[in-house]
Amino acid sequence: MFKVTIDNHTIEVEEGTTILQAARMIGGIVVPPAMCYYSKLKESGGKCRTCLVKVAQGSARDPRPLPKLVASCRTPVADGMVVQNITSQEVIETRKAIVEFLLINHPLDCPVCDQAGECDLQDLSYDNGKEESRFEEAKRSFRVIDIGDKIQLHMNRCILCYRCVYTADQLTDKRSHGILYRGDVSEISTYIQTDVTNDFSGNMIDVCPVGALTDKTFRFKNRVWFLNPMNANRSCSKCSGKVTAWMRGGEVYRITGRKDQFGEVEEFICNECRFEKKELSDWTIEGPRNIKRASVISQNHYEKSKKPSVILPLENRTVSLDEFKNGSNNEIQL
Amino acid sequence: MDRRILLNNIAVPGIRTFEVFRSTGGYLSVMKALKEMTPDDVIEEVKKSGLRGRGGAGFPAGMKWSFLDKKSNKPRYLICNADESEPGTFKDRFLMEKIPHLLIEGMICSCYALGAETGYIYVRGEFKYIVGILNEAIREAYQNGLLGKNILGTSINLDIHVHSGAGAYICGEETALIESLEGKRGNPRIKPPFPAVVGLYGSPTVVNNVETLCNIGFIVNQGGSEFARYGVGKSTGTKLISACGNINNPGVYEIEFGLSVREFLYSEKYCGGIKNGKELKAVIAGGSSVPILPANLILKTAAGEERMLSYESLAEGGFVSGTMLGSGGFIVFDEDACIVRNTWNLTRFYHHESCGQCSPCREGTGWMENVLHRIENGLGKARDIDLLVSIAAKIEGNTICPLGDAAAWPVASAIRHFRHEFEEHVLHPESCKNSAIRQLDNVQIRRLENV
Repeated sequence: MFKVTIDNHTIEVEEGTTILQAARMIGGIVVPPAMCYYSKLKESGGKCRTCLVKVAQGSARDPRPLPKLVASCRTPVADGMVVQNITSQEVIETRKAIVEFLLINHPLDCPVCDQAGECDLQDLSYDNGKEESRFEEAKRSFRVIDIGDKIQLHMNRCILCYRCVYTADQLTDKRSHGILYRGDVSEISTYIQTDVTNDFSGNMIDVCPVGALTDKTFRFKNRVWFLNPMNANRSCSKCSGKVTAWMRGGEVYRITGRKDQFGEVEEFICNECRFEKKELSDWTIEGPRNIKRASVISQNHYEKSKKPSVILPLENRTVSLDEFKNGSNNEIQL
Repeated sequence: MDRRILLNNIAVPGIRTFEVFRSTGGYLSVMKALKEMTPDDVIEEVKKSGLRGRGGAGFPAGMKWSFLDKKSNKPRYLICNADESEPGTFKDRFLMEKIPHLLIEGMICSCYALGAETGYIYVRGEFKYIVGILNEAIREAYQNGLLGKNILGTSINLDIHVHSGAGAYICGEETALIESLEGKRGNPRIKPPFPAVVGLYGSPTVVNNVETLCNIGFIVNQGGSEFARYGVGKSTGTKLISACGNINNPGVYEIEFGLSVREFLYSEKYCGGIKNGKELKAVIAGGSSVPILPANLILKTAAGEERMLSYESLAEGGFVSGTMLGSGGFIVFDEDACIVRNTWNLTRFYHHESCGQCSPCREGTGWMENVLHRIENGLGKARDIDLLVSIAAKIEGNTICPLGDAAAWPVASAIRHFRHEFEEHVLHPESCKNSAIRQLDNVQIRRLENV
């Protein structure tokens, strides 16, 4: 067992654990954001550089700090390592710069993007971005293309995290899309446009941190924050059948994998469950799904929200209008 | 200061062929190594020689070899990095073209020392004609029993293959080279693990530059301590410098470390002074990615000492007033050269060559190019100069491989030493003699403004 300290929280972890995994075990605000790393995909990570952290002490044996910031998702911990994430000004400054880099060629079309509300890049830029951009040139632009008959690719929004490439490599029997060209004109594409037909190809949508890969059966049907995410299951011969059904009223709008607090799916699901089972009768609904309180989706949400509590206290006690307006009383906060 | 190691026999007619190379004492080191020395002896001699990698980083070759994972039972590989694509550097091309057997000789000794039974030469895609030269040299070596099974009657086997790249600068980075050699997209790997542990096909691998390997024959023949007698301090041996730019005699020169920059620049034996009797303005001393230095700082260090061609002397003063030896691409600018235009040109190169894997380099290189393009074309703003400094600072050190640094250093150093020229370009773009704006007509300018 290795002892590692991240932002003054000390934890014991097994040898071979990465700094990011150790930080996730501690949880809370010490967890560095990760746009390209995906714990369920081998070899992912190291590319987006948003998870860069400072290693203030290499190990107990060799206490020298590491000369550069390291990608926490790909750096294994050493015994006695001391890591600074949000306690280091350098890390915060660098992360801001990385967000700026990620956004200069991003179209910022959130108002018309299906991913809005559950987008990692949106969250990241709210946390670490600036209001204005110093970039004044024309952004790179690509045409929207179909890859497979169920998935649409908006290359403009892509941050080249390679997650979908690893997904196709590791989940499907044949990868038929990949990165073409290089540098800032490199793009995700297929050799033959509609060739991505594999049974598990839909998981590429779930792993995509931005709105580059979207579900064609759900596009423009609804905003995610109007939908209730519900745990649901069915018996499926290809996958576990455990999914999140996104519902409004009695209607199932879309099916995704069950995402955990770090935005990663618990289990990958098959295309049949994802694209073809859109009737309520296809599913056994287990109940509402826990999602991050901070997420946009939970603004309209369910699981932990009480009934509008202003109704209750009015019966038991009086609430002054000022109190009501300011929301100073926690109980009456909406 | 003009002793040579590599290019002693370069003028012998027909040195490219096996017979002539052999008659000048070639391949003696192979016999000595295989028959009289153990592999560890060879490594020991290389360590003693103090030979440093000639590809740019200057990492001690013997130390790199000793990192090779000895416990692994996987096959080991030696890769010769002949993907020489740094703008301003053309020394490896010269070696392979003129005297290819020197490389084969060095590779045989090195493979013996490392216990590798397969060697690869990864040649830059644009060097198509060199593939033929190397293959011919390898064929001759096979014919004479120096490659293949049971070399010279010993139990040593070795095959050397030549692999041609597809024309990507990034494949000169050792892990990207390995990926490319494996038939994948040439993206650099995340280190650690280093190639010495997990390299080609997951096996322990050593990657060395052409010039580094060419030195091995001499070290085996004459001993590491003899090699260490060349040069100065920790810069042992000689170095090929490829000089280009506004000089009278551009070309490849073998210099002994410790030669002063002034002598190299002005002596008739080397560059022969600045062309057309003009004044020296600046020098990029080690290939396009190292910081540019103005005339006063390249000839003398900030402390007033004579600047020498050696790893230490060029690096003196850090990046504030020094630079790096790099790969030995010596680019000279005379008084008429426009630093802004040159810097823009370099960023254009790095933008084009970035692999696009990690975000700071992918986005930052293109951004810098755009801004410099604007300044060069007379549409720059005063705040653009600080913007460039800030972008360069945020790319540097935050990328997977050194290409990000290589893209950031030229910009940062050009602004550090020639800020007035950038300001002049922003304020009075038409005053620059070389400015692109003078070559554009009004329609083109208007089109640029609308972008």
